[in-house]
Amino acid sequence: MNDGTAAIASEKLAVGGEARLRIGAWRRFAIAALIVLAAALPFGLSNYQVFELTQVMIYAIAVLGLNILTGYNGQISLGHGGFFAAGGYTAAVLMHRYGVPYWATLPPAALVGFALGLLFGLPALRFEGPYLALVTLAMAVATPQTLKYFSWTGGQQGLNLAKPAPPPGLGIDRDRWLYLFVLVILLVAIRVAANLLNGRTGRAWMAIRDHPIAAAAMGVDTPRYKTLAFGTSTLFTAVAGALAAIVVGFVAPESFSLFLSISFLVGSAVGGIATIGGAIVGGFFIEFVPNFANDISDAAPWAIYGLAMLLFMYAMPRGVVGSLGPLAAWLRGRLRPAVAAGEISAASNNASSPQQTSQGRLE
Amino acid sequence: MTLKHTMLAGLSAAGLLVAGGLAYAAGQYGPGASDTEIKIGNTMPYSGPASSYGIIGKVDAAYFAMINAQGGINGRKVNFISRDDSYSPPKTVELVRQMVEQDKVLLMFNTLGTPPNMAIHGYLNDNKVPQLFPATGADQWNDPKHFPWTMLWLPSYSTESHIYAHYILKNLPNAKIAVLYQNDDYGKDYLNGLRDGLGAKANMIVATQSYETSDPTVDSQIVALQASGADVLLIAAIPKFAAQAIRKVYDIGWKPTQFLNSVANGVGTTMKGAGFEKGVGVISAAFAKDPTDPQWQNTPEYKEWLAFMNKSGLSGSITDNQATIAYSYVQTVVAVLKACGNDLTRENIMRQAASLRDLKLPMLLPGITLSTSADDFSPIKQMQLEKFDGKTWQLFGEVVSATGS
Repeated sequence: MNDGTAAIASEKLAVGGEARLRIGAWRRFAIAALIVLAAALPFGLSNYQVFELTQVMIYAIAVLGLNILTGYNGQISLGHGGFFAAGGYTAAVLMHRYGVPYWATLPPAALVGFALGLLFGLPALRFEGPYLALVTLAMAVATPQTLKYFSWTGGQQGLNLAKPAPPPGLGIDRDRWLYLFVLVILLVAIRVAANLLNGRTGRAWMAIRDHPIAAAAMGVDTPRYKTLAFGTSTLFTAVAGALAAIVVGFVAPESFSLFLSISFLVGSAVGGIATIGGAIVGGFFIEFVPNFANDISDAAPWAIYGLAMLLFMYAMPRGVVGSLGPLAAWLRGRLRPAVAAGEISAASNNASSPQQTSQGRLE
Repeated sequence: MTLKHTMLAGLSAAGLLVAGGLAYAAGQYGPGASDTEIKIGNTMPYSGPASSYGIIGKVDAAYFAMINAQGGINGRKVNFISRDDSYSPPKTVELVRQMVEQDKVLLMFNTLGTPPNMAIHGYLNDNKVPQLFPATGADQWNDPKHFPWTMLWLPSYSTESHIYAHYILKNLPNAKIAVLYQNDDYGKDYLNGLRDGLGAKANMIVATQSYETSDPTVDSQIVALQASGADVLLIAAIPKFAAQAIRKVYDIGWKPTQFLNSVANGVGTTMKGAGFEKGVGVISAAFAKDPTDPQWQNTPEYKEWLAFMNKSGLSGSITDNQATIAYSYVQTVVAVLKACGNDLTRENIMRQAASLRDLKLPMLLPGITLSTSADDFSPIKQMQLEKFDGKTWQLFGEVVSATGS
């Protein structure tokens, strides 16, 4: 993330001169302040609210994975609930059957997610748009039932996991410890995603999304990059699944219904499909809107949910961050006409990075 | 400065003590209870794949509304908070935490489904919140030693096996028993319950065969069980496999006395799948009145239930046996809360729940009563046997108890 910002800063230096450097430094400071704020936040909230925000961050990581695939590479997935399940079960089985400590289950979950994504990405090369969505839908509908078949997954009963204890001597309770743990993973995920997307790989992904033939003509190895996008995407989502298993302390096939996959796509679209910060907005949407809908109407919560979705998409068709981002950049441009041209082009190239900070504030 | 601080600290400590003392003096209320209200939490799959069970939550809510209209429980109105978890365990955890920590409910009641209840089992026990009468029948909810805040309601799988064992010992003392069971906790609950129930004569079980839910059929298991020379067969299987088993037994000309677990005794599912004529004589067990059984429809108990259902706008569900079972669930928790009197602490709720003595409920089979004790968290231990006549189940014999004889 900081690298991303630095990259922007140096780009701007060329365009805008001295003044841009100060803004880069200021932005770094703002990001640092936001991280401190996010880390301090749980100490002012109730345990339940801390738990809710932890869930938000987990969903944000999952949606971030989906954004990489759908937003930056143009491949639609309706099956990310299945990869979320794969990560969750990797963590759960390792903890439950082999006594692996919870933090050590994340790398294997990432590996499983990556490998599954690569495997899935290969046949996905043959499909595009709605056809690919249907292929991935197969993953989502097959996962819960497949999990019931094996005894090592706990079958229908699921697996109960030992609750991770906070490190002794730290003096914080479990909920706050897990919040901080997930926050660190989220920050790492955002930074890795920003580095990838702002670099060669990200440019290749976006080129394929925007014009696959032109990308291939320019020498981008399309199949390789598309498969890689799939694997990277599912890696993020699987890590989120592992965190969900750890935080909830239980996995069962019913934890990973088809609706979860759809929620991810909804969260992704509402937040802004080709943004990093949008993932955090998506996390908030997935966590809070169903509850909010239930509070408004017991009888028809899903109608309210649908309505909320429509409102968001109507008001902000490119998602919250996708729509507000260019607006903010445009405003900044108005305030500093001298550097407007440079600023806007930088903002649209790197729409993700600057917005991520404005979204971080939401936390 | 230091003095001031010390004084402040002293004063606030004194204040806390006083407040604590006051709370203790009035101390008959746990969180969520007051002179006017009792807050009860619940999760239900109102949406999603298990939404047909949502009727249970609707009956619960309607019954509490009726109790409130009649003046409440010992003068306190029930505030029943029921939320939709779509049968998704992580959602259940989240909603239950919200109800316990934010809404501050006194207890959780009738949360539905084995996986959702598994997910909140540890949390509720760690926080000493009663988890009364979850809508699931696994044996694990009856474990007062390790989980003193969770109490079963449905007759457990092993309770049912005990009842079959009792019948076998009495009526088929020389039987050789074969068991077909699903290879998981549920199937093993039945098998172990049967062994337990047979006690010293557990060696009557001459053969067992298990299946995985991924197996295409259980034909080979049935053939192997027949080869053991058994003349009694217990089928502890879900409908698909139970139907296959009954059909195969008939087709190979084996004629054991068959016991079919109540999990799969649906006429429209297992019996139809097996072929009605092939299931004649199969024995199963029941504990609640089937609302479609004509023998109850002229009784005052049925009419009262029907009137309640119609008045509550639930007339669309009067053939749903889940609605009679829900009616009995909610009557049980009302009886427990009534017995609590003015001591509505979580501890007293568990104490009263563990002190049920022969509680009779109108929509359970006549003769079935609920009893519990400090080391027995399984209220319903009786069932009545029923035999399939080619069309429907016919109750026969006495109500049988799993423990006594």
